[in-house]
Amino acid sequence: MKKILTSLPAVMNILASKPAKIFMAAASLLLTTAVAMSFSLENTGGGYKIGDTAQDFNLKNVNGKNVSLTGIKNAKGYIVVFTCNHCPYAKAYEQRIIDLHKKYAPLGFSVVAISSNDKDLVPDDSFDNMKKLAKKKKYPFPYLYDETQAVAKNYGATRTPHVYVLDKDRVVRYIGAIDDNSEEPSLAKEKYVESAVDALLKGQEVAVKETKAIGCGIKWKKS
Amino acid sequence: MKQLLVSLLIGSTTLPAQSIPFIKTAQLEHWLNTDSDTVYVLNFWATWCGPCVAELPAFEKLNEKYAPQKVKVVLISTDFKRNVESKVQPFVKRKNLRSQVVFMDESNPNVWVNLVSPEWSGAIPATLIIHKRKNVRLFFEKQMTFKELEANLRSVL
Repeated sequence: MKKILTSLPAVMNILASKPAKIFMAAASLLLTTAVAMSFSLENTGGGYKIGDTAQDFNLKNVNGKNVSLTGIKNAKGYIVVFTCNHCPYAKAYEQRIIDLHKKYAPLGFSVVAISSNDKDLVPDDSFDNMKKLAKKKKYPFPYLYDETQAVAKNYGATRTPHVYVLDKDRVVRYIGAIDDNSEEPSLAKEKYVESAVDALLKGQEVAVKETKAIGCGIKWKKS
Repeated sequence: MKQLLVSLLIGSTTLPAQSIPFIKTAQLEHWLNTDSDTVYVLNFWATWCGPCVAELPAFEKLNEKYAPQKVKVVLISTDFKRNVESKVQPFVKRKNLRSQVVFMDESNPNVWVNLVSPEWSGAIPATLIIHKRKNVRLFFEKQMTFKELEANLRSVL
Protein backbone atom coordinates (compact mmCIF):
# COMPACT_ATOMS: atom_id res chain seq x y z
CA MET A 1 0.00 0.00 0.00
CA LYS A 2 2.75 2.36 1.04
CA LYS A 3 4.52 1.58 -2.19
CA ILE A 4 1.53 2.56 -4.31
CA LEU A 5 1.18 5.80 -2.44
CA THR A 6 4.81 6.76 -2.67
CA SER A 7 5.26 5.70 -6.26
CA LEU A 8 2.29 7.61 -7.64
CA PRO A 9 3.76 11.11 -7.41
CA ALA A 10 7.07 9.78 -8.67
CA VAL A 11 5.45 8.37 -11.78
CA MET A 12 3.51 11.54 -12.35
CA ASN A 13 6.64 13.62 -12.01
CA ILE A 14 8.38 11.56 -14.62
CA LEU A 15 5.43 11.97 -16.94
CA ALA A 16 5.34 15.72 -16.40
CA SER A 17 7.19 18.01 -18.78
CA LYS A 18 9.31 20.68 -17.13
CA PRO A 19 6.91 23.66 -17.20
CA ALA A 20 4.04 21.55 -15.99
CA LYS A 21 6.10 19.98 -13.26
CA ILE A 22 5.07 22.17 -10.38
CA PHE A 23 1.42 21.91 -11.28
CA MET A 24 1.72 18.15 -11.67
CA ALA A 25 3.50 17.78 -8.36
CA ALA A 26 0.68 19.63 -6.66
CA ALA A 27 -1.91 17.57 -8.53
CA SER A 28 -0.18 14.33 -7.63
CA LEU A 29 -0.12 15.37 -4.00
CA LEU A 30 -3.84 15.94 -4.12
CA LEU A 31 -4.35 12.65 -5.87
CA THR A 32 -2.20 10.86 -3.30
CA THR A 33 -4.31 12.34 -0.53
CA ALA A 34 -7.48 11.23 -2.29
CA VAL A 35 -6.13 7.73 -2.81
CA ALA A 36 -5.01 7.55 0.81
CA MET A 37 -8.45 8.66 1.96
CA SER A 38 -10.29 6.17 -0.19
CA PHE A 39 -8.07 3.38 1.14
CA SER A 40 -8.56 4.45 4.71
CA LEU A 41 -12.28 3.94 4.27
CA GLU A 42 -11.75 0.38 3.16
CA ASN A 43 -8.84 -0.67 5.25
CA THR A 44 -8.29 -0.12 8.90
CA GLY A 45 -4.63 -1.06 8.38
CA GLY A 46 -3.31 -4.27 9.89
CA GLY A 47 -6.55 -6.10 9.10
CA TYR A 48 -9.43 -7.21 11.27
CA LYS A 49 -9.23 -7.80 14.98
CA ILE A 50 -11.63 -9.86 17.04
CA GLY A 51 -14.88 -7.93 17.34
CA ASP A 52 -14.47 -5.99 14.10
CA THR A 53 -17.22 -6.20 11.52
CA ALA A 54 -15.88 -7.67 8.30
CA GLN A 55 -16.80 -6.04 5.02
CA ASP A 56 -18.69 -8.16 2.58
CA PHE A 57 -17.04 -8.89 -0.75
CA ASN A 58 -18.11 -9.96 -4.19
CA LEU A 59 -15.61 -12.34 -5.75
CA LYS A 60 -15.55 -14.64 -8.72
CA ASN A 61 -16.18 -18.27 -7.85
CA VAL A 62 -14.66 -21.20 -9.74
CA ASN A 63 -18.08 -21.91 -11.25
CA GLY A 64 -18.00 -18.48 -12.94
CA LYS A 65 -20.61 -16.89 -10.67
CA ASN A 66 -19.81 -14.20 -8.18
CA VAL A 67 -20.23 -14.90 -4.47
CA SER A 68 -20.79 -12.53 -1.57
CA LEU A 69 -21.36 -13.41 2.07
CA THR A 70 -24.77 -11.77 2.19
CA GLY A 71 -25.75 -13.90 -0.83
CA ILE A 72 -25.41 -17.09 1.22
CA LYS A 73 -28.91 -17.99 2.32
CA ASN A 74 -29.82 -18.83 5.92
CA ALA A 75 -26.30 -18.17 7.12
CA LYS A 76 -25.73 -18.19 10.86
CA GLY A 77 -22.14 -17.29 10.23
CA TYR A 78 -19.24 -17.93 7.90
CA ILE A 79 -15.97 -19.82 7.91
CA VAL A 80 -13.77 -17.69 5.65
CA VAL A 81 -10.60 -19.58 4.73
CA PHE A 82 -7.72 -17.91 2.92
CA THR A 83 -6.04 -20.77 1.15
CA CYS A 84 -4.53 -21.64 -2.22
CA ASN A 85 -3.61 -24.48 -4.52
CA HIS A 86 0.14 -24.79 -4.22
CA CYS A 87 1.05 -24.42 -0.56
CA PRO A 88 1.87 -27.69 1.21
CA TYR A 89 0.18 -26.48 4.39
CA ALA A 90 -2.95 -25.59 2.43
CA LYS A 91 -2.82 -28.98 0.74
CA ALA A 92 -2.48 -30.69 4.10
CA TYR A 93 -5.72 -29.01 5.16
CA GLU A 94 -7.75 -29.55 1.95
CA GLN A 95 -9.70 -32.49 3.28
CA ARG A 96 -10.20 -30.88 6.68
CA ILE A 97 -11.64 -27.78 5.02
CA ILE A 98 -14.05 -29.97 3.04
CA ASP A 99 -15.00 -31.78 6.26
CA LEU A 100 -15.62 -28.48 8.04
CA HIS A 101 -18.04 -27.45 5.32
CA LYS A 102 -19.82 -30.81 5.30
CA LYS A 103 -20.25 -30.67 9.05
CA TYR A 104 -21.18 -27.02 9.47
CA ALA A 105 -22.84 -25.83 6.26
CA PRO A 106 -26.05 -27.71 7.16
CA LEU A 107 -25.91 -25.89 10.53
CA GLY A 108 -25.60 -22.49 8.87
CA PHE A 109 -21.82 -22.04 8.76
CA SER A 110 -20.61 -22.42 5.22
CA VAL A 111 -16.96 -22.47 4.30
CA VAL A 112 -15.98 -19.70 1.89
CA ALA A 113 -12.49 -20.37 0.53
CA ILE A 114 -10.50 -17.53 -1.01
CA SER A 115 -7.21 -17.61 -2.88
CA SER A 116 -5.40 -14.28 -3.06
CA ASN A 117 -2.02 -15.36 -4.40
CA ASP A 118 -0.58 -13.55 -7.40
CA LYS A 119 -0.79 -15.92 -10.35
CA ASP A 120 2.33 -14.41 -11.91
CA LEU A 121 4.37 -15.38 -8.88
CA VAL A 122 2.67 -18.76 -8.47
CA PRO A 123 1.15 -20.05 -11.71
CA ASP A 124 -0.29 -23.02 -9.78
CA ASP A 125 -2.65 -20.54 -8.15
CA SER A 126 -4.15 -19.14 -11.35
CA PHE A 127 -7.93 -19.04 -11.65
CA ASP A 128 -7.82 -21.88 -14.19
CA ASN A 129 -5.84 -24.02 -11.81
CA MET A 130 -8.21 -23.13 -8.98
CA LYS A 131 -11.05 -24.41 -11.13
CA LYS A 132 -9.15 -27.63 -11.77
CA LEU A 133 -8.43 -28.22 -8.09
CA ALA A 134 -12.02 -27.46 -7.06
CA LYS A 135 -13.22 -29.98 -9.63
CA LYS A 136 -10.70 -32.63 -8.70
CA LYS A 137 -11.38 -32.30 -4.97
CA LYS A 138 -15.12 -31.80 -5.54
CA TYR A 139 -15.08 -28.70 -3.35
CA PRO A 140 -18.59 -28.39 -1.90
CA PHE A 141 -17.95 -24.73 -1.01
CA PRO A 142 -17.20 -21.62 -3.06
CA TYR A 143 -13.54 -21.21 -3.97
CA LEU A 144 -13.10 -17.54 -4.79
CA TYR A 145 -10.39 -15.68 -6.63
CA ASP A 146 -9.27 -12.48 -4.90
CA GLU A 147 -7.49 -11.22 -7.97
CA THR A 148 -6.82 -7.68 -6.68
CA GLN A 149 -5.82 -9.06 -3.25
CA ALA A 150 -8.04 -6.38 -1.70
CA VAL A 151 -10.01 -8.87 0.39
CA ALA A 152 -6.90 -10.47 1.89
CA LYS A 153 -5.56 -7.00 2.67
CA ASN A 154 -8.83 -5.91 4.26
CA TYR A 155 -8.95 -9.00 6.43
CA GLY A 156 -5.27 -8.86 7.26
CA ALA A 157 -4.72 -12.38 6.00
CA THR A 158 -1.02 -13.11 5.60
CA ARG A 159 -0.68 -16.83 5.07
CA THR A 160 -2.40 -19.93 3.80
CA PRO A 161 -4.40 -21.36 5.39
CA HIS A 162 -5.63 -18.44 7.51
CA VAL A 163 -9.15 -18.70 8.89
CA TYR A 164 -11.67 -16.07 10.00
CA VAL A 165 -14.86 -17.25 11.67
CA LEU A 166 -17.59 -14.63 11.42
CA ASP A 167 -20.99 -14.59 13.05
CA LYS A 168 -24.18 -13.81 11.11
CA ASP A 169 -23.56 -10.07 11.44
CA ARG A 170 -20.06 -10.62 10.02
CA VAL A 171 -18.44 -9.83 13.35
CA VAL A 172 -15.04 -11.52 13.53
CA ARG A 173 -15.14 -14.13 16.32
CA TYR A 174 -12.06 -16.22 15.62
CA ILE A 175 -8.83 -15.74 13.66
CA GLY A 176 -6.18 -18.36 13.14
CA ALA A 177 -5.46 -21.99 12.50
CA ILE A 178 -7.92 -24.79 11.79
CA ASP A 179 -6.38 -27.04 14.41
CA ASP A 180 -3.11 -27.57 16.22
CA ASN A 181 -1.47 -30.10 13.92
CA SER A 182 -1.10 -29.31 10.25
CA GLU A 183 0.89 -32.39 9.34
CA GLU A 184 -1.16 -35.09 11.06
CA PRO A 185 -4.93 -34.51 11.27
CA SER A 186 -5.36 -37.55 13.47
CA LEU A 187 -2.98 -36.12 16.05
CA ALA A 188 -4.74 -32.76 16.33
CA LYS A 189 -5.80 -32.21 19.92
CA GLU A 190 -7.35 -28.78 19.61
CA LYS A 191 -9.77 -28.19 16.74
CA TYR A 192 -9.90 -24.43 16.99
CA VAL A 193 -12.35 -23.65 14.19
CA GLU A 194 -14.77 -26.39 15.24
CA SER A 195 -14.67 -25.18 18.84
CA ALA A 196 -15.31 -21.60 17.72
CA VAL A 197 -18.26 -22.54 15.51
CA ASP A 198 -19.68 -24.90 18.15
CA ALA A 199 -19.58 -22.06 20.67
CA LEU A 200 -21.31 -19.64 18.27
CA LEU A 201 -23.99 -22.22 17.49
CA LYS A 202 -24.69 -22.48 21.21
CA GLY A 203 -24.72 -18.72 21.54
CA GLN A 204 -21.59 -18.84 23.66
CA GLU A 205 -18.40 -16.85 23.73
CA VAL A 206 -15.57 -18.35 21.69
CA ALA A 207 -12.97 -19.54 24.21
CA VAL A 208 -9.80 -19.49 22.07
CA LYS A 209 -10.20 -16.46 19.83
CA GLU A 210 -6.82 -16.30 18.15
CA THR A 211 -4.17 -18.84 17.25
CA LYS A 212 -1.11 -18.88 15.06
CA ALA A 213 0.19 -21.44 12.63
CA ILE A 214 3.01 -21.69 10.18
CA GLY A 215 1.77 -21.12 6.67
CA CYS A 216 2.91 -20.01 3.26
CA GLY A 217 3.05 -16.24 3.07
CA ILE A 218 0.40 -14.88 0.69
CA LYS A 219 2.22 -14.06 -2.53
CA TRP A 220 1.62 -10.33 -2.96
CA LYS A 221 1.85 -8.74 -6.36
CA LYS A 222 5.09 -6.93 -7.00
CA SER A 223 4.22 -3.31 -7.43
CA MET B 1 18.43 -42.91 3.83
CA LYS B 2 19.56 -45.01 0.91
CA GLN B 3 19.68 -41.90 -1.22
CA LEU B 4 21.71 -40.14 1.41
CA LEU B 5 24.23 -43.01 1.55
CA VAL B 6 24.47 -43.15 -2.20
CA SER B 7 25.03 -39.44 -2.46
CA LEU B 8 27.61 -39.60 0.31
CA LEU B 9 29.44 -42.43 -1.45
CA ILE B 10 29.44 -40.61 -4.76
CA GLY B 11 30.79 -37.75 -2.76
CA SER B 12 31.56 -34.23 -3.73
CA THR B 13 34.41 -31.83 -3.42
CA THR B 14 32.67 -30.02 -0.59
CA LEU B 15 32.50 -30.82 3.10
CA PRO B 16 30.09 -33.55 4.14
CA ALA B 17 26.54 -32.33 4.68
CA GLN B 18 25.67 -31.36 8.21
CA SER B 19 23.17 -33.42 10.15
CA ILE B 20 19.96 -31.68 11.12
CA PRO B 21 19.20 -31.61 14.82
CA PHE B 22 15.57 -31.63 15.91
CA ILE B 23 14.82 -28.83 18.32
CA LYS B 24 11.98 -28.17 20.73
CA THR B 25 10.53 -24.94 22.04
CA ALA B 26 13.03 -25.07 24.92
CA GLN B 27 15.97 -24.68 22.52
CA LEU B 28 14.24 -21.79 20.82
CA GLU B 29 13.62 -20.16 24.19
CA HIS B 30 17.29 -20.63 25.00
CA TRP B 31 18.25 -18.59 21.93
CA LEU B 32 15.58 -16.03 22.66
CA ASN B 33 16.10 -15.58 26.36
CA THR B 34 19.57 -16.57 27.47
CA ASP B 35 21.85 -13.67 28.22
CA SER B 36 24.53 -13.67 25.56
CA ASP B 37 26.69 -11.30 23.57
CA THR B 38 26.21 -13.43 20.47
CA VAL B 39 23.84 -12.07 17.86
CA TYR B 40 21.46 -14.79 16.68
CA VAL B 41 19.97 -14.53 13.24
CA LEU B 42 17.07 -16.98 13.31
CA ASN B 43 15.45 -17.66 9.96
CA PHE B 44 12.26 -19.68 9.61
CA TRP B 45 12.01 -21.43 6.29
CA ALA B 46 10.95 -24.57 4.45
CA THR B 47 12.33 -26.37 1.40
CA TRP B 48 9.06 -25.92 -0.52
CA CYS B 49 8.82 -22.19 0.20
CA GLY B 50 9.95 -20.26 -2.88
CA PRO B 51 10.82 -16.93 -1.24
CA CYS B 52 12.59 -18.78 1.59
CA VAL B 53 14.79 -20.72 -0.79
CA ALA B 54 15.45 -17.54 -2.76
CA GLU B 55 16.79 -15.71 0.30
CA LEU B 56 18.96 -18.56 1.63
CA PRO B 57 22.09 -17.41 -0.22
CA ALA B 58 21.82 -14.08 1.60
CA PHE B 59 21.89 -15.87 4.94
CA GLU B 60 24.77 -18.06 3.79
CA LYS B 61 26.73 -15.00 2.77
CA LEU B 62 25.99 -13.33 6.09
CA ASN B 63 27.06 -16.45 7.95
CA GLU B 64 30.33 -16.61 6.08
CA LYS B 65 31.15 -12.92 6.24
CA TYR B 66 30.43 -12.56 9.95
CA ALA B 67 31.85 -15.92 11.06
CA PRO B 68 34.81 -14.21 12.83
CA GLN B 69 32.38 -12.17 14.91
CA LYS B 70 29.88 -13.27 17.50
CA VAL B 71 27.13 -13.88 14.99
CA LYS B 72 25.24 -17.14 14.66
CA VAL B 73 22.91 -17.81 11.77
CA VAL B 74 20.38 -20.59 12.39
CA LEU B 75 18.09 -21.78 9.62
CA ILE B 76 15.07 -23.28 11.35
CA SER B 77 13.15 -25.61 9.06
CA THR B 78 9.38 -25.77 9.44
CA ASP B 79 9.00 -28.51 6.83
CA PHE B 80 6.82 -31.48 7.67
CA LYS B 81 8.55 -33.96 9.95
CA ARG B 82 8.05 -36.82 7.54
CA ASN B 83 10.07 -34.86 4.96
CA VAL B 84 13.18 -34.12 7.02
CA GLU B 85 15.08 -37.17 5.83
CA SER B 86 13.60 -37.37 2.34
CA LYS B 87 13.63 -33.67 1.43
CA VAL B 88 15.34 -31.36 3.92
CA GLN B 89 18.53 -33.37 4.37
CA PRO B 90 19.10 -33.83 0.60
CA PHE B 91 18.29 -30.15 0.07
CA VAL B 92 20.87 -29.06 2.65
CA LYS B 93 23.44 -31.29 0.98
CA ARG B 94 22.59 -30.19 -2.54
CA LYS B 95 22.80 -26.51 -1.62
CA ASN B 96 25.84 -27.21 0.55
CA LEU B 97 24.40 -25.03 3.32
CA ARG B 98 27.03 -24.05 5.87
CA SER B 99 24.81 -22.14 8.29
CA GLN B 100 23.43 -24.27 11.10
CA VAL B 101 20.21 -25.95 9.97
CA VAL B 102 17.79 -27.32 12.56
CA PHE B 103 14.30 -28.77 12.36
CA MET B 104 11.53 -27.29 14.53
CA ASP B 105 10.13 -30.44 16.04
CA GLU B 106 6.91 -29.04 17.47
CA SER B 107 3.55 -30.00 16.01
CA ASN B 108 1.70 -26.94 17.30
CA PRO B 109 3.19 -23.59 16.21
CA ASN B 110 0.64 -21.80 18.35
CA VAL B 111 2.86 -22.48 21.35
CA TRP B 112 6.05 -21.01 19.90
CA VAL B 113 5.28 -18.51 17.11
CA ASN B 114 4.46 -15.78 19.64
CA LEU B 115 7.71 -16.43 21.48
CA VAL B 116 9.62 -15.49 18.34
CA SER B 117 7.55 -12.35 17.96
CA PRO B 118 3.99 -11.34 18.80
CA GLU B 119 4.07 -9.53 15.43
CA TRP B 120 4.59 -12.79 13.55
CA SER B 121 1.47 -14.17 11.90
CA GLY B 122 3.20 -17.47 11.19
CA ALA B 123 3.82 -16.80 7.50
CA ILE B 124 7.24 -17.79 6.21
CA PRO B 125 9.83 -16.61 5.44
CA ALA B 126 10.39 -14.86 8.74
CA THR B 127 13.58 -13.72 10.44
CA LEU B 128 14.51 -12.57 13.92
CA ILE B 129 17.79 -10.84 14.68
CA ILE B 130 18.37 -10.90 18.40
CA HIS B 131 21.08 -9.51 20.66
CA LYS B 132 20.13 -10.46 24.18
CA ARG B 133 22.76 -8.44 26.01
CA LYS B 134 21.80 -5.27 24.19
CA ASN B 135 18.17 -6.24 24.49
CA VAL B 136 17.59 -5.73 20.78
CA ARG B 137 15.13 -7.74 18.69
CA LEU B 138 14.46 -7.04 15.03
CA PHE B 139 11.70 -9.07 13.42
CA PHE B 140 10.86 -9.38 9.71
CA GLU B 141 7.98 -11.28 8.15
CA LYS B 142 9.21 -11.09 4.58
CA GLN B 143 11.89 -12.15 2.15
CA MET B 144 15.21 -10.43 2.92
CA THR B 145 18.07 -9.34 0.70
CA PHE B 146 21.69 -9.58 1.81
CA LYS B 147 21.86 -5.80 1.94
CA GLU B 148 18.87 -5.58 4.29
CA LEU B 149 20.17 -8.40 6.45
CA GLU B 150 23.61 -6.90 6.75
CA ALA B 151 22.35 -3.39 7.47
CA ASN B 152 20.14 -4.70 10.23
CA LEU B 153 22.83 -6.95 11.63
CA ARG B 154 25.29 -4.04 11.68
CA SER B 155 22.80 -1.89 13.53
CA VAL B 156 22.82 -4.52 16.26
CA LEU B 157 26.56 -5.28 16.43
